[in-house]
Amino acid sequence: MIAELGRFLIALALIASIAQMALGWVGAAQGGRSAYAQAGRTASLAALVTSAGAFALLIVAFIQSDFSIAYVAGHSHVDKPLFYKVAAAWGGHEGSMLLWCLILALFGFGLTRIGPAEPAFRARSVSLQALLQSLFFGFLVFASNPFDRLDPAPLQGRDLNPILQDPALAIHPPLLYLGYVGLSAAFAIAAAGLIQKVSGREIARALRPWATGAWASLTAGIALGSWWAYYELGWGGWWFWDPVENASFMPWLLGAALVHSAIATEKRGAFPGWTVFLALLAYVLSILGAFLVRSGVITSVHAFALDPERGVWILAMLGVSAVSGFGLFAARAGQLGEGDGFEPTSREAFIGANNLLLAAAAGVVLVGTLYPLFVELLGGAPVSVGAPYFDAAATPLLILTLLLVPLAPFLPWTNGGARPALKQMRAAFALVPVAAAGVALVWFGAPLLAVTGGALGVWAMAGAAMDAFNAMPLARTRALKFAAAGRAMAHAGVGFLALGAAADASRPADVNIALGRGESIEIAGRTLTLAEIRRADGANYLADRARIDVSGGRSISPERRYYWAADTHTREVGLGSSITGDLYVSIGEARPREDGSAAYEIRAAFHPLVWMLGLGAFLIVLGGFSALTAQILTRRQRGAQA
Amino acid sequence: MIAALLMALALQASTGLAPQEEARAQNLMREVRCMVCAGESVLDSSAPMAGDMRRFIREEIAAGRDDEAVRGALVSRFGHEVLMRPPVETRTLPLWLAPVIFLLIGGSLLIGAMRRKAVRDRL
Repeated sequence: MIAELGRFLIALALIASIAQMALGWVGAAQGGRSAYAQAGRTASLAALVTSAGAFALLIVAFIQSDFSIAYVAGHSHVDKPLFYKVAAAWGGHEGSMLLWCLILALFGFGLTRIGPAEPAFRARSVSLQALLQSLFFGFLVFASNPFDRLDPAPLQGRDLNPILQDPALAIHPPLLYLGYVGLSAAFAIAAAGLIQKVSGREIARALRPWATGAWASLTAGIALGSWWAYYELGWGGWWFWDPVENASFMPWLLGAALVHSAIATEKRGAFPGWTVFLALLAYVLSILGAFLVRSGVITSVHAFALDPERGVWILAMLGVSAVSGFGLFAARAGQLGEGDGFEPTSREAFIGANNLLLAAAAGVVLVGTLYPLFVELLGGAPVSVGAPYFDAAATPLLILTLLLVPLAPFLPWTNGGARPALKQMRAAFALVPVAAAGVALVWFGAPLLAVTGGALGVWAMAGAAMDAFNAMPLARTRALKFAAAGRAMAHAGVGFLALGAAADASRPADVNIALGRGESIEIAGRTLTLAEIRRADGANYLADRARIDVSGGRSISPERRYYWAADTHTREVGLGSSITGDLYVSIGEARPREDGSAAYEIRAAFHPLVWMLGLGAFLIVLGGFSALTAQILTRRQRGAQA
Repeated sequence: MIAALLMALALQASTGLAPQEEARAQNLMREVRCMVCAGESVLDSSAPMAGDMRRFIREEIAAGRDDEAVRGALVSRFGHEVLMRPPVETRTLPLWLAPVIFLLIGGSLLIGAMRRKAVRDRL
């Protein structure tokens, strides 16, 4: 019964979305205040309510372990803890697509409430958002229905991949999708603005809060995923330049570019065409990411639900979105005008340079991710493009960006002038050599990368601190306070990220060794002793837990688990965190030695200052939401005055 | 027989690389792809084959070969796709030129946007 009701609700959501598209379109043509526009708004509410209902039903099906539904049988198990039963609703392809659709509908409804101020512009963006909704609801109904039945129903489910049964990963997809799909609202507003012949400034003003909110959520989602990879995969890395990570990184880079260029467009009318183009491109790359992850054209550690037929569907949705968006852009971009120009030492110039570098980095990631595919299609000998390429080609661009970050907030708009900025920043300049020397000293003989990264990280933090001291007292209104604080926090976060990444890149070599009970190893000046191994089973797994004593009196407890339902082994990493960094230990299989005793495969590593990565991401997210608050307050004030 | 002895010697040597050699070995492992995995380096992978490849790299280093020779030995066995850093050659030229091309296109657009004022003032 649940399955049938769910199917019905998804079909209703598709119909409501199509109605929303058509009604909104006619409503916009009539000026946005007519009964059609009103009906389009009602249809968007219907799409939201029906898709939310379908999603709730899917969760109920998971809680009840209804294995007559193929998707539930494929991703759940009666023994699984309740929290992960619920989280499994978005743990696979069909369910996560339903979540994608739900968020699209949520943003469609959001646009009817707090969309562009001008009624026709708003109705048009609601209609275009409905076009995006209809594509994805159609995909759900015709090719990826999460409520498809399985006959005969199995007695037991196949369980969710155990490495996905983790709190951070359970909330990672919803945040990530808020980011990806949030960019859809920026796309809809940009395209609607082109159709309505709205000025670049108005488009930028309308899309900024959506872009900022989406980008901050995307940051949080990526950071959680990366943290999860660090402690759950047992490799000790936090970023692998894996195709799926790249798929999320491209929209992130473009989103970062967009939230900055939209400031220049809204405030000064600079880069109007570029801002609109970025808004279109960021969402198109989000769909491209979905295509890469789900179609199976690129194999990856994280790729799931590979299915060529679905790939064709997603490719078609990608095509429709890209062709309609960019076709519109090609036809109408001319009317956006071209801005008034600016001096090389102006804030526009620095925002432009930031966009140049971020977009080039996104381009490099795109080329590197797709290149093996192209070579294969052209029949060449296969090529692998992995982390070393991206480190060499994309990282320098990001380092250059970092160099510019602290300067921009001190530069005046348009006519520029570096002198006052340099004067205000004198203290930050003084910090650079100190930091470089400090870092060089701490890691004597450390790689150049660590010294550069460390110095630039401190440079960004110092710049952000000075920006805060400089801008906060001048901020009279609450909106300006939030804006200044958001900027300083996000820029400081970038500094922490750089410092953490540089420190981790120069970490001492990992130790990989078989240890017996009572034996020890040395890493980063600490002695680790394997004290004992005992059973520590959980609700749906068996586990061996090691106790590893660290010199100085602490102990670390890594586990090796066996999930019987999925017949999979996982490693639970043991972390000993301190201000200097993480001691990272994972434990593998027991192997008999010649004398009959058992030795355990141990992987130990020391990750210096790795907490800075987490703090950096947290500050960026906080800064993003602070900026979003500022934008909402400003728009509300303007609404009250009008 | 001699081969077996050499193997045994190599295996013994592989268990105890000097710290510097071990660091070199791990740097190599970071850029060598595990051939049965999807986009993971042999340093990161827990697949048995990755273990064999790690052992191979340590043996080669212990036998005194330099990084280039180890890479060559891996390429001759597994093909070019074993290296995650593609070599700079004709068919990878677009790949390595990509950052430069993007910067040139974007840079000229940016300079165009900047100069607009000068153009307008002159008119």
